[in-house]
Amino acid sequence: MWDTIANIFPYAIVYTIPLLITALGALFSERSGIVNIGLEGLMIVGAFAGALTINKLQAAYPGEQWTLWVGLVAAFVIGVLFSLLHAFASINLSANQVISGTAINMVAGSLTIFLARNITGSGNIRILQGFRKFDIPVLSDIPIIGRLFFSQTYWTTWFILGVLILSTFLLFKTRFGLRLRSCGEHPHAAEAAGVSVRKMRYMGVMISGGFAGLGGAIIISTYSGEFNGSVAGLGFLALAALIFGQWKPLGVLAATFFFGFASTIANVSQVIPSFQVIPAVILKVFPYVVTLIALVLFSKSSQAPKAAGEPFDSGKR
Amino acid sequence: MKKAIVSLLAVILGLVAGALLMIFTGHDPIEGYRFLITGALKNRERIGNTLATATPLIFTGLSLAFSFRTGLFNIGAPGQMLFGGLCATAVGLTFDLPRVLLLIVMILAAFIGGALWALIPGILKAKFNVHEVVSTIMMNWSCYWIVYYAVPAYFKGPSLETESKLLPEAASLKASFMTDLFNGSYVNLGFLLAIIAVIVIGFIINKTTLGYELKAVGYNRDAAEYAGIAVNRGIITSMLISGGLAGLAGVAQYAGNASNIQIGLLPSQGFDGIAVALLGASAPGGVFLSAIFFGVLYSGRGFMNAMTDIPPEIADTIIAIIIYFAATSILFERLISFLKRRRTNKAEPGKPSAPDKPDSPAEAAKPVGRVGE
Amino acid sequence: MGYVVEMVNIRKEFPGVVANDDITLRLEQGEIHALLGENGAGKSTLMSILFGMYQPDRGHIQVRGKEMKIASPNVANDLGIGMVHQHFKLVGNFTVTENIVLGSELRKGPVLDLKTAAKKIEALSKRYGLNVDPYAKIENISVGMQQRVEILKMLYRDAEILIFDEPTAVLTPQEIEELMKIMRNLIKEGKSIIVITHKLKEIKAVADRCTVIRRGKTIGTVNVAETSEQAMAEMMVGRNVSFKVDKKPAAPGETVLKLEHLNVNNSKKVLGLADFSLEVRAGEIVGVAGVEGNGQSELVEAITGLRKIESGTIWYNGHDIAKLSIRDRIYEGIGHIPEDRQRRGLVLDYTLEENMVLQIYNRKPFAKGGILRRQAIRSYADKILKSFDVRSGQGPISVVRSLSGGNQQKAIIGREIELDPNLLIAVQPTRGLDVGSIEYIHKRLIEQRDKGKAVLLISLELDEILNVSDRIAVLNHGQLVGEVLASETNENEIGLMMAGVQRGEGA
Repeated sequence: MWDTIANIFPYAIVYTIPLLITALGALFSERSGIVNIGLEGLMIVGAFAGALTINKLQAAYPGEQWTLWVGLVAAFVIGVLFSLLHAFASINLSANQVISGTAINMVAGSLTIFLARNITGSGNIRILQGFRKFDIPVLSDIPIIGRLFFSQTYWTTWFILGVLILSTFLLFKTRFGLRLRSCGEHPHAAEAAGVSVRKMRYMGVMISGGFAGLGGAIIISTYSGEFNGSVAGLGFLALAALIFGQWKPLGVLAATFFFGFASTIANVSQVIPSFQVIPAVILKVFPYVVTLIALVLFSKSSQAPKAAGEPFDSGKR
Repeated sequence: MKKAIVSLLAVILGLVAGALLMIFTGHDPIEGYRFLITGALKNRERIGNTLATATPLIFTGLSLAFSFRTGLFNIGAPGQMLFGGLCATAVGLTFDLPRVLLLIVMILAAFIGGALWALIPGILKAKFNVHEVVSTIMMNWSCYWIVYYAVPAYFKGPSLETESKLLPEAASLKASFMTDLFNGSYVNLGFLLAIIAVIVIGFIINKTTLGYELKAVGYNRDAAEYAGIAVNRGIITSMLISGGLAGLAGVAQYAGNASNIQIGLLPSQGFDGIAVALLGASAPGGVFLSAIFFGVLYSGRGFMNAMTDIPPEIADTIIAIIIYFAATSILFERLISFLKRRRTNKAEPGKPSAPDKPDSPAEAAKPVGRVGE
Repeated sequence: MGYVVEMVNIRKEFPGVVANDDITLRLEQGEIHALLGENGAGKSTLMSILFGMYQPDRGHIQVRGKEMKIASPNVANDLGIGMVHQHFKLVGNFTVTENIVLGSELRKGPVLDLKTAAKKIEALSKRYGLNVDPYAKIENISVGMQQRVEILKMLYRDAEILIFDEPTAVLTPQEIEELMKIMRNLIKEGKSIIVITHKLKEIKAVADRCTVIRRGKTIGTVNVAETSEQAMAEMMVGRNVSFKVDKKPAAPGETVLKLEHLNVNNSKKVLGLADFSLEVRAGEIVGVAGVEGNGQSELVEAITGLRKIESGTIWYNGHDIAKLSIRDRIYEGIGHIPEDRQRRGLVLDYTLEENMVLQIYNRKPFAKGGILRRQAIRSYADKILKSFDVRSGQGPISVVRSLSGGNQQKAIIGREIELDPNLLIAVQPTRGLDVGSIEYIHKRLIEQRDKGKAVLLISLELDEILNVSDRIAVLNHGQLVGEVLASETNENEIGLMMAGVQRGEGA
């Protein structure tokens, strides 16, 4: 059993990271008051931009690791730019945020394949080489923990965990965080205090777009290696993790790891005898059912930002 | 009238954006659209295929329109459609009944399957006030995986792992008189069923006490409760009807347009239903027209791709862009009322018309937080 | 002394509405200046302009003698203008300190410095006698305390000119006393205050001068000490107003509603109404007085079935209705004019005619076999709209959202009275309406009483309770403090009872 878990763990972490960064981005967006169900689409856009950049750069500079980091930067930037569509619709036009988010998902899904087909014909974009796994010296030799957390890791994992810490600090210890959160809770209070609600909400949505883009590109540059026009519902899973984590960074970390672990088990259950007794479908459906149950349990005491999803109209009192 | 103009503008802008994309990727948009339209409408067979392509969209569009009108956002149409389709396929592959009876049972199974898949979010919304957007998304993915494992386990096809067995002829919605009428097209009874659904749903929404109750619950839950309307029952009923309609899209797709069910994808018609409903201003007649329009885009794209090598995803992209414009339609509305005001101001200088003052200016400026209305 | 603020010939127009049409207001250094006007006269718009939330279309603003453009609340802040909004602008899950510093935060490097801020707030709180804990969370403190946080917010920003928008609406009589003391303190410290209100007594008690506006225009500015309440009221309304409502003595008959030992939970799952008993008889109006949130909603919702009771009985015409559904109670003859006409009373996106059959759409002749009959609905609605003088753009097919508040309220009252209820529950029936509509509605309520119906009137306005009711029950903390006859009591006594003092204890 221990061996099984120890073998699964690094995979679970790898699977968790794109979810984590995407959900973390959504945390900024929802804390600023904008619901973003376009995460799936933003991840796809990031995966596309990342894959395309890396593909082109690796053709010119084969074997260079920095090409991957440039790919991540490109995914971040494109994610930010694409999220502006959502920001404009929901902030400037007070459009229905769910519809706008759905439109983002659909535009991303079809536009990226359309473009990819124009580029490659098949619509798939492969990268030659992803990030390399490595064992962290010294730390990976610690009993138990070393094998679980410090073996076969990617640099992106540590980078994203750094982003998580930075985000927590930003949200709860700085002026920016205080203002952002006030916009999601009571935008009229924020406005009366001289905070520009629009600006903060733009920031929230753009961070969400950038982070989701990063998430998409990390999928490409770690475990997938190929863009095929879909991220298989991970964006929606990130949204579920945000709710399950009750809009708190550590909660989101726990929820995404939980989902990452559950999904990994589901993926490998066929080859590991101790999991074969559980039907795969149950393992696959598990995270979604858990989220539904969590929604019911939290329905009375939800920590959801109060103004999330509501258009802000400064005239209204 | 205003809604029709807004929808038309969204369509035009979507098509323009599509044209720009074609230019940007080095194709000729005029040629592209010409082949797209001939591909969809060139002859009777192609028209039939277009109607067939539109059929599931009519159902999902009605599903979304019904939920919008009753104040719900049933984003779970893909899952409900898939589950309805699974139920219908299961019935069609399992039972050996006289054809008419079998088809009726399959249609009922699809409706009930879709309704069942919407029941859980309905109950969660009614009893625990869980937002239906999130819960239906979870239901979508649950269904995705259930079909993913159920089809190979119980209805595995002879060759492909990713598809079910083919339905027997008796379990297909294809009818020879329709195939003949449209020169061998695969248009089928599903289209007639869709027309009936449009009429029935229109009647329910506009003429019945049930429609009155459900709309009241959707517009203002508190007022409905105050007036003695059973609010929770209303929410659940709305979800059941909306889910059932999406389920019918499943039978129309998998037992009409196709003859088996595939695994590994959530049907795009479920998401497109949002666009259909928005473009059709959530009115059943409007839904019908906009579904036909999307049918043209989807059914002509193959021909266009064959003739011009423009990737077929251009159609999906155009539809997605149309949704975005429909979502931001307030921009056009502002533009229209701005132009109107300028005209009336010119006619009657310095006298703003104030027919009936709302409570406060803030209220007058309050946006309608509802979709599809 | 000079003027600290002058707003001259201000005009502000919204699409379809002229909210301010030539208003002039001058605030002297160190005075409390009341801004008096009816609901919808344009007070809030004017103050929002001064606070930088709206830009005037015409006119100019001078602050300390210099002409200024106040483009945003930030500019107002910099000019030393602060505002306590009617609906507090406080973030519920932030602490007092976080709320106060929001928008002008102290920092140590990149990190928020909440400790220094909290110390400053504590000092300010002491100096002005506000007694606020800087570390408390907003959602855990009382409404009165929240208002003091709003005041601290202004003081923290060194505001010299303080605007209070309807500050007493949510306060108990004691808290109002307290607030007035705080305001006088502020003046002593050199601040100047504008207070928006429509309550004449408070103006008399605290203000030095008063500017009266009506329909967006300045009517005049008077010295409060030299002007009677009656005179100010006439300026506000534009004609002679009598606060007394014409009515004959009541002739109560059979008991229609009898509440016995009613216990009802509020939305926080604690008792909102405790051991409450009350009788309402045919042919009388029973008023329920109390400060907002002292059990009124629980009482009304228990009787109408919107909230389930924990224990006790609700006798209606001799039988217990506590188990009946909302709809059954409506059919039994309980009419309800709800507190919030837009939240509960109307489906704003329905047409007027659809709203007129909100409770009876499924009964003959409005529906047959589950199908609506538009003709019957139309003629029924037409009748109500005519007899209750509901004015709208397109008659029965107007969307209710487009109606003015007064007409919306008249439509609700018409609908409820047309149901011919034996018991009519009217909750805040005149909230936010102009004096004309108020008089009309009071007349209609008394008419119901004279027809032998039982009327239960719940209101936060003491004047309304005193003038319209025959008998008055007073609520405090969910409990019945006592019952008095309207003809034998006065405002003082009711005010004390509202604060929880039993009759005969105080005074």
